[in-house]
Amino acid sequence: MAAVNILETKGLTKTYGGLDANYNVDFTLKRGEIHALIGPNGAGKSTFVGMISGRIPATCGKVWFDGADVTRLPAHKRISLGIAYTFQITSVFGKLPVRENVALAVRRIRGRDRQAVRAKVDGVLERVGLTEQADQLAGDLSYGHQRVLEIAMGLAQNPELFILDEPTQGLALPEVEAFMQLVKDLRGETTILLIEHNMNVVMEVSDSLTVLNNGEVLARGTPEEIRANADVQAAYLGGA
Amino acid sequence: MSDISRIHILHAAMVVALVICWFVLPVYHAGNLARIMVFAIYAMGYNLLFGYTGLLSLGHALFFGAGMYGLGLAMHLGGVSAGPGILAGLITALVVSGVVGFLALRTSGVAFMIVTLMFAQAGYLTVLLFGTYTRGDEGFVLPQATRALMGIDLSDAQNRYFAALILFAIVLFFIGWLVRTPFGRCLVAIRENEERARMLGYDITRHKLIAVILSGTISGLSGAAYCLLFGSAQAAFAAVPYSIFPLLYVLLGGMGTTIGPFVGTLFMFYLIDWSGGNMMVAGVVLVALALFAPTGILGEIRRRFIPWLP
Amino acid sequence: MEFGPHLMLAALEGAITAAILALTAVGLSLTFGVMRVVNVAHGEFFMLGAVAAWFTSTAIGGHPALGFIAAAILAPLIIGVLAVSADWLILKRLDYDPERTIVATIGLLYIIQQGALIGFGPNAQPVEPPFSHRIALPWFEWTEAGFEMYYPWGLSTNSYKLFIIFAAAMLLLGLWLIMTRTKVGLVMRATQQDRDMATAFGIPVERIYALTFGLGAALAALGAVLIVPVQQAYYLMGHDPLLLSFIVVIIGGLGSLRGTIVAALLIGMSDGIISVFFSPTLAKIIATLLVAMVLVFRPQGLFGKGVH
Repeated sequence: MAAVNILETKGLTKTYGGLDANYNVDFTLKRGEIHALIGPNGAGKSTFVGMISGRIPATCGKVWFDGADVTRLPAHKRISLGIAYTFQITSVFGKLPVRENVALAVRRIRGRDRQAVRAKVDGVLERVGLTEQADQLAGDLSYGHQRVLEIAMGLAQNPELFILDEPTQGLALPEVEAFMQLVKDLRGETTILLIEHNMNVVMEVSDSLTVLNNGEVLARGTPEEIRANADVQAAYLGGA
Repeated sequence: MSDISRIHILHAAMVVALVICWFVLPVYHAGNLARIMVFAIYAMGYNLLFGYTGLLSLGHALFFGAGMYGLGLAMHLGGVSAGPGILAGLITALVVSGVVGFLALRTSGVAFMIVTLMFAQAGYLTVLLFGTYTRGDEGFVLPQATRALMGIDLSDAQNRYFAALILFAIVLFFIGWLVRTPFGRCLVAIRENEERARMLGYDITRHKLIAVILSGTISGLSGAAYCLLFGSAQAAFAAVPYSIFPLLYVLLGGMGTTIGPFVGTLFMFYLIDWSGGNMMVAGVVLVALALFAPTGILGEIRRRFIPWLP
Repeated sequence: MEFGPHLMLAALEGAITAAILALTAVGLSLTFGVMRVVNVAHGEFFMLGAVAAWFTSTAIGGHPALGFIAAAILAPLIIGVLAVSADWLILKRLDYDPERTIVATIGLLYIIQQGALIGFGPNAQPVEPPFSHRIALPWFEWTEAGFEMYYPWGLSTNSYKLFIIFAAAMLLLGLWLIMTRTKVGLVMRATQQDRDMATAFGIPVERIYALTFGLGAALAALGAVLIVPVQQAYYLMGHDPLLLSFIVVIIGGLGSLRGTIVAALLIGMSDGIISVFFSPTLAKIIATLLVAMVLVFRPQGLFGKGVH
C-alpha cells in the first residue's frame, strides 16, 4: 500500500545555538513528482534535506517517508527504505575505481549476487555516460564527471526518492544540459527533490517548487505561479 | 586470467613456498619463520582494522594478550587441554574486543587511538595486578606434556612449524575471501569516505564493530597460538610495544594488502633480530615509513608494478 | 605515624607530582592545541631533560647548585632545539597529518629512548639537589589539655621539595603571561583558533609550529630537571610522564591550558594520595579506565566546554 505522498514533514525545525536554520517547515511531496527547492543562500535548503535524509538530526518536528514515521531512524535506515542522497560538495570514493563506487551503491541492495551487481553497474554507467571511465579512479575524473558519478551512485540504488543537492553547481553548459535530459528521463521512475540555484534548470525540469527563505516556507506552486509571486521576487531581490 | 584467480594463485603459492621453506631452510631460520607466521597472523588481524577499515588502534596488545592469557590461564590454572584452551583464548579475545569496540567506537580519530591505548594499558596493569596467578613480568610456562593437540606434540619444532603454517594459511585465505565480500568492500568504503558510505545506506557502526571484533579475535588467535606453540605467557606481550609491533609490521609490509602483514613481519623480525633486539631500528623504520613510504612495501609494488595485487 | 600526619605527607608528595605533571602536560597540551598533533615522544623529551641534568651536573662538578642552574638553563634549551629540528625534519614534511605524525613520533620515541640507552647507559643515576634542608612539619591536635601543636617523629620534608612546587608554579605563571600578554602568545592562540585564518593574516604558521613544538619539549625537560634530584635519571623514565600527561590533557579537555592545569592538580594529588594508601597498580588501572571513559562519554574533557 503506497502512500500518495512519498514525503511529508510537519513542524520540522533545526536550531543551531539559538538560531533557527529551519523553522516549522510543513512540506509534502507527491510520488513521481519532480520538485525543486529554491531560496537565497542560507535559506536552510541543505539543512532541510539533511533532516529528511537523516544526516542532520531535527531539533523538533516529524518526517514521514512513504507513510511511515522515520523521524527517529538513523540515516542509513532511511536510505535503505529508498531515499538516495547526493552531496552538495562532491563526495565520491576518490581512491576507488568508478565502477567500484557505483558497485558499493548497488551491493547494499543486491548483496552477494555478483552477476546482478555487475549488470546493474554496467547499466547505470551506460545510462549516465561513464562507461569509458569505468576503470579510472574516481579521484582522477574531471569535476563534471565526478558530479555525474554522484548521480550514478544515487540511481544505482533505484531510489523511491532521489535528493539532489545542487547537482549542477560548477558544471559547464553542455553538462548542465545533459543533466536536465537525465532528470527528464527519470520522470515516472522516481520522485526527485532538487535543490537548485540555476533558474533555467528549475523552470524547465520541475513540476512544482518550494521557496525557502530564512528557514521558513515562503511560497509553493508551479514554476509559473512562483515566477509571478511578488514575495519571491522581493526575497530574491533582497527588497523585502 | 581474472584478478580473482591470480589472487588465489598468489596466496596458494605463498603457502607452498612456506611449506618448502621448512625443508630447505637451516633449523634456526625455520624456527624463526614459525614465530614470524604466528606474529603475521597478529598483523593480519590488525590490518583488517587499520589497513582495510582505516581505524588506527594503539591497543591491540590487549587482544593479543586476551588470547594468550585466555588459553594460558585455562591450561595453566584450569588444567584444560589444548583444544578447549584455544577456544578459551578465542572467546576471551572475542568478548574483550566486543566490549572495547562497543565503547571505543563512540570516538574517532585521535581519541580512538588514545582510548584503545588506555584500555590496553589497563589490561596490561591488570595482568600485573593479578601477579599471583599470571606471575606478572616473569610469566609462566606451559609444561611440554600439555602442549599437544589430537596427539600431536606441538613443542616439537616440525609440528610447531606446520601448526603455525596451517593457522597462518587459514587466516590468510579467510581474509583474502572476506575483503572481497560486500562486507569487506564496505569496510574499504568506510576507510575511504565514511560519510559517503553512511549515505549509501550502510550501517557504519555495525560494520566497524564487527571489524573490531574480527580483528581482535584474530589477534587473540595469534596470542593463543603463541602461548601454545612456544609454551609461555608473559606480561610483556600485553604491554605497549606489542601494540606498536603490528602497526609497524602492517605499515612496513603495506596496509590494506593481504600479504603485506607477512612481508612486514618478516622484514621487521629480521631487522630487530639483526640489530640485537634494539628498538632503535624499529624507531628509524617507523619514521622513514611515515616520511617516505606511507603505503609500505607492497603498497609501493602495487602502485608501480602490479595493480591487481590483493 | 597516625592517619592525619600520614595523609599530610601523602598530600605533599601528591603536590610535587602535580607540579611536575602540570609542567609536562601543559607542554603536551600546547602542541596538541596549537598544532593538532599528538606527540607520543613527549615523555622522551622529559627523560632527556633528566639525562641532560645529570650530564651537566657531572660535567660542572663543584657545588650542586652550580650544576642545577646550568641544567635549568641548558637542558630546556638543548631539548627545545632538538624538538624544533625534529619538527623541521619530520613533522613539517608530514604536513602534520594526525595519523602519520603519531606513527613518526612513536618512531622518535624509540630512537630517543634507545639513543639514551647507548649514550647514557642502562643504570639509573642520581643527581644531587642544589640545596636540601630537613624541615620538620608540625601537627595539630585537640586533646583534653586543649589545642596542641607538636612535631611527630618522621613527619618532615625538605626545602628542595617545597622549592619544586614553588618553581613549577612560577614557571606556569610565566607561561600564562607569555600566552596572554605577549605577541608570541597572541599569535600562538590565533593559530590554535584557526590555522587558515592565521595564514591569511600573514602569521608564519610553520615557524609558530616549530616554536610550539620546541616550547612543549622544553617544558617537559624543565619538569624533569626539577624532579631529577628527588628521583633519578633513567632511560625508561619517560613512560609514566607520557601516560599521565595524556590522562591530564584528556581530562582537562584537549588543548585547554586552564583545564590541563586543574586536571594536573587533580590527577597528581590523587595519584600521590591513592598510591600511598592503595596498590599503585590498582590506582593506575582506575586512572587509565577513567580516562578512557571520559574520552568515550565526554570527549570535550571534564572541564572543557561542550561542542554544539
